[in-house]
Amino acid sequence: MQTSTLFALLLLLTLVAYGSGFSRALGAARKGGGVRNLASLPNYYGMHTALWCGLPALLLLGVWLVCDDSIIRALVLGRIAERPDTLAGQHLLYTQIQNLAAGSLIGQPTPELQAAAAYLLSLRNGGQILQTVLVLILSVGFGSYALLRIRPEFRAREQVEKVLRKLLLACACAAILTTVGILLSVLFESLRFFRQIPVTEFLFGLHWSPQMALRADQVGSSGAFGAVPLFTGTLMVSAIAMLVAVPIGLMSAIYLAEYASRRVRALAKPVLEILAGIPTVVYGFFAALTVAPFVRDTAAAMGIAASSESALAAGLVMGVMIIPFVSSLSDDVINAVPQSLRDGALGLGSTKSETIRKVVFPAALPGIVGGVLLAVSRAIGETMIVVMAAGLAANLTANPLQSVTTVTVQIVTLLVGDQEFDSPKTLAAFALGLMLFLSTLILNFIALHVVKKYREQYD
Amino acid sequence: MTNPTSPAPLTDKQSQVRERIAQRLGSRHRKETMFRLMGIMSVTFGVLVVLVLFTDIIGKGHGAFVQSAIELEVDYDPQVLGIDSVSPETLALANFDAVIRRALQARFPDAVGRNNRRALFSLVSSSAPYELQQQLQENPQLLGQKQILWFTADDDVDTYVKLFADNKRGHFERLSEQKVAWIQQLLDSGELKKRFNTTFFTNGDSREPEQAGIRAALVGSLLTLLVTLALSFPIGVSAAIYLEEFAPKNRWTDIIEVNINNLAAVPSIVFGLLGLAIFINFFQLPRSAPLVGGLVLTLMTLPTIIISSRAALKAVPPSIREAALGMGASRMQTVLHHVLPLAMPGMLTGAIIGMAQALGETAPLLMVGMVAFIVDVPGSITDPSTVLPVQIFLWADSPERAFVERTSAAIMVLLSVLILMNTSAVWLRKKLERRW
Amino acid sequence: MTATTTITTTVLDVGEAAPNSQKPVEHPIMDTLTQSTETVGQPLCESATLRMRHVNVFYAETQAIFDVSLDIGRNEVVAMIGPSGCGKSTFLRCLNRMNDTIEGCRVEGELTLDGEAIYGPKVDVVPLRARVGMVFQKPNPFPKTIYENVAYGPKIHGIASRRADLDEIVETSLQRAGLWNEVKDRLDKPGTGLSGGQQQRLCIARAIAVSPEVILMDEPCSALDPIATARIEELIGELSENYTIAMVTHSMQQAARVSQRTAYFHLGKLVEVNDTEMVFTNPQHPLTEAYITGRFG
Repeated sequence: MQTSTLFALLLLLTLVAYGSGFSRALGAARKGGGVRNLASLPNYYGMHTALWCGLPALLLLGVWLVCDDSIIRALVLGRIAERPDTLAGQHLLYTQIQNLAAGSLIGQPTPELQAAAAYLLSLRNGGQILQTVLVLILSVGFGSYALLRIRPEFRAREQVEKVLRKLLLACACAAILTTVGILLSVLFESLRFFRQIPVTEFLFGLHWSPQMALRADQVGSSGAFGAVPLFTGTLMVSAIAMLVAVPIGLMSAIYLAEYASRRVRALAKPVLEILAGIPTVVYGFFAALTVAPFVRDTAAAMGIAASSESALAAGLVMGVMIIPFVSSLSDDVINAVPQSLRDGALGLGSTKSETIRKVVFPAALPGIVGGVLLAVSRAIGETMIVVMAAGLAANLTANPLQSVTTVTVQIVTLLVGDQEFDSPKTLAAFALGLMLFLSTLILNFIALHVVKKYREQYD
Repeated sequence: MTNPTSPAPLTDKQSQVRERIAQRLGSRHRKETMFRLMGIMSVTFGVLVVLVLFTDIIGKGHGAFVQSAIELEVDYDPQVLGIDSVSPETLALANFDAVIRRALQARFPDAVGRNNRRALFSLVSSSAPYELQQQLQENPQLLGQKQILWFTADDDVDTYVKLFADNKRGHFERLSEQKVAWIQQLLDSGELKKRFNTTFFTNGDSREPEQAGIRAALVGSLLTLLVTLALSFPIGVSAAIYLEEFAPKNRWTDIIEVNINNLAAVPSIVFGLLGLAIFINFFQLPRSAPLVGGLVLTLMTLPTIIISSRAALKAVPPSIREAALGMGASRMQTVLHHVLPLAMPGMLTGAIIGMAQALGETAPLLMVGMVAFIVDVPGSITDPSTVLPVQIFLWADSPERAFVERTSAAIMVLLSVLILMNTSAVWLRKKLERRW
Repeated sequence: MTATTTITTTVLDVGEAAPNSQKPVEHPIMDTLTQSTETVGQPLCESATLRMRHVNVFYAETQAIFDVSLDIGRNEVVAMIGPSGCGKSTFLRCLNRMNDTIEGCRVEGELTLDGEAIYGPKVDVVPLRARVGMVFQKPNPFPKTIYENVAYGPKIHGIASRRADLDEIVETSLQRAGLWNEVKDRLDKPGTGLSGGQQQRLCIARAIAVSPEVILMDEPCSALDPIATARIEELIGELSENYTIAMVTHSMQQAARVSQRTAYFHLGKLVEVNDTEMVFTNPQHPLTEAYITGRFG
């Protein structure tokens, strides 16, 4: 049976289970003296039966769907005597077998391949039947068990609520699962990378050129994995972005919170928030097609040579992207400073700007620092703008008019297109991902902690 | 004590202080003005950037909504076509190319020589034969007759018409003088016109700019968002309910909370790495599919939805819970029957904002292979497809000038959808959210 | 108090209205208020530091102060009393233009400090507020060190050019505020770490560090315990030798203890001003009498 049909059947069974649970509870109640004698309302008996009928079978179905491809693949490949060693080779071979089984392979297959394809088909068919049978048995079996347990004194509601609570908890744990998933995926591949390239070379090497030689005698593509140019590039672009975003974001937050009239605020705030809603790919396009040529031409007009893809262009646009982020975080923080402090300073004869610079700002500083750290972590992790406007050349340079590359750009270039999961070229992306994840994690952790402490101070 | 004490003159100290203060007043007020000016400049800068960005994009993209078309009189000559009846088989073999060439040749008899004729034939898009085929398929009786039809012009012609034809000072290096002369002739006689560009909304991607459209990407985005919404909303709301209403105050809950807050600030590309390593490599899910894209975006938007849903739950006053609990409802009943319906508008608002975020996301989808060149409109969540932002990214990389226009137009479409979503979120909040 | 018709009044809410005062107050005495806005007693004096004539204050469309005229003499302590929402705080905040910070607040009338106008297009609030210091209801030391708190005013105004001068100002201010002995060893500790009463005295020290002529006090003891309150009251007595003090208080006993004259406000109107002793022993106006005898408030 098709998985989708099976799924529909399972849903139907669950509905039936609900109905029968409901009516059985009513029946039991009638014998025992009416619905009032039931421990729970009849619909809870229905739900209880439905849960028993549906959940275990659904779980099995889910696990099955997740695992069966990998199991079948392993079994089929196990039949082949001379397996290629590389992952890519195995993948190619398996695709061949799949195509053969689907009847769309061009060329003459070897008998061994044909046998493997037949085996694949038989496994698939057998698996499908086994899946259907197992799911139905589980569903009907547990459903009937639950049905038989229905007694007037059975507390169905508590049981149902217990299960619901567990489900809610499971959903809450999705976040933890995600973190674990991220960690495992980057860590695992990174370890494989570091087995081939020493950590020290990666962290301190000054030369980055991940193209591996296809043939041994090829020139100029030895594959160098020194990530320092990427780190400096990332830092430079982020620094330019922060130089734009922090003063402008902070000043506009201050102006809108402390100076602007209600009308100006009502107009300017939504306009600035538009900046936050623009997708990064749009900023990237803007940076690559408008800002970068502008920077290049302006530099040329001043007699300075500038690359058409420059760190400056990418950084400027990234800064613009981060302005609303900084300004809304600072706005929150500034508003949390109690009015009494402002009154105190104004009452002593401070001007408004003195009040802000000498009293409000120092009081809000921890919160602002936290916000800036969060903004830095955003800048480091931003991808599309730098992919489209910063360039690919791993230059170790301090000149913002030259093109630089960043960690995220390299992740994208290494992973878009063909991937070979046993070549350091592909694995390097995961090592870079690990660095990115760890650095942003640390920044976020500190920032959130600082902001939380700050809020507690004025709550 | 009937009379207030008589006034005494200012003390020396006080008058000295007065003087000192007065001396510095000027510079302090100048500083104040400067500070204020900096604030005004910052706000103006932000507003200006928004204006520049929008005018830039609209200026570049508005042209893509019209497209140049050339009017030609075509002759469905059975001999030229090489068919004698209209049926699916004969249509597939018919030589529509020749018909178009004849029509062009008839319009410009002066084009002689191989090079000249090749230039002439490249005035219309390579899709012209298909347009013709479609005509004949829909109207079989046209065989053997003549008809006047508009054909999509080549992208170079289109670019020339839009950018250079009006002000004759420019020179478009991709067109020969001969070709320009033909175009001018057609323009003057009204046989070359800009018409509404339906192709842009009905086609998928194409290597030829004049045939490229956003339909496939739009459908891909829609499917991806559906997967994201179907997963992230129920999971996010459930997680929020658990954390807000049931979670005991202990280490575990703290860990989950810190985790969610941290996850909200993890760069999106890292989620792409997760998708590649886990969904594609480990679970062997299909590459480039909205299913995987949706899964990745689910993980990415989940923190946003959880955080906003928790805020919505927090906004429901405890008195409602106390009232329900006081009536003998269980905690679960209280939450499901009373708290959740009241918090729903806030949660929906959060969900829309999360979806808007997901719709604009590009980087993680590049990781799971949604950058493929996709011409066909995807039919299901496992078909290979792309999404609108990725389409924008791909087109932005294309060298043809005509793609710049289409990229900007695609951005306009994307931004309109996003603005629509965000406004509806604001509207929903205003309309449904109750103040307690 | 001739007529006995009952009138309904609404409270002019200036942010301190007690819950029970939101209900319409019905009382025969209220009547007298509608009949006249004349202030009973001695609102004026011949040579006053602060001179207010026909002051009206509006919050957007709501009027909070109605035609109040009052003088405050040099080195005099004037207490302003009255029920919640009667406008006494609003009136106090007019004297150093702290009302400017509230959007939509408008002040009319003639207010002068030593003959110079307080309101007016050319008046600079910065030196004005240095001359008219203010102490607030809730102690609000800056989140800085004790030293920095006191030195803040002299620093921004550029009063002390040398570090030694600044040190001296800080020390004398703290001494005058009666805090020196308690904090001299921990001047570099945060001001927020002090007790409530100490914080309030720190705020007083902060205010007198810029050598003001007038100090406004807006219920300076309402957030403090009785012992701290006694300490502050004692301090007010000492300060009145050098400074003109206008204070708002909720406590009639406090007004009786520290002030020379007392002004009774009611619903935005100044009902009675007189020598403190007179107000509490022989009130001239029936409303004042009703208030001090505890019939409402």
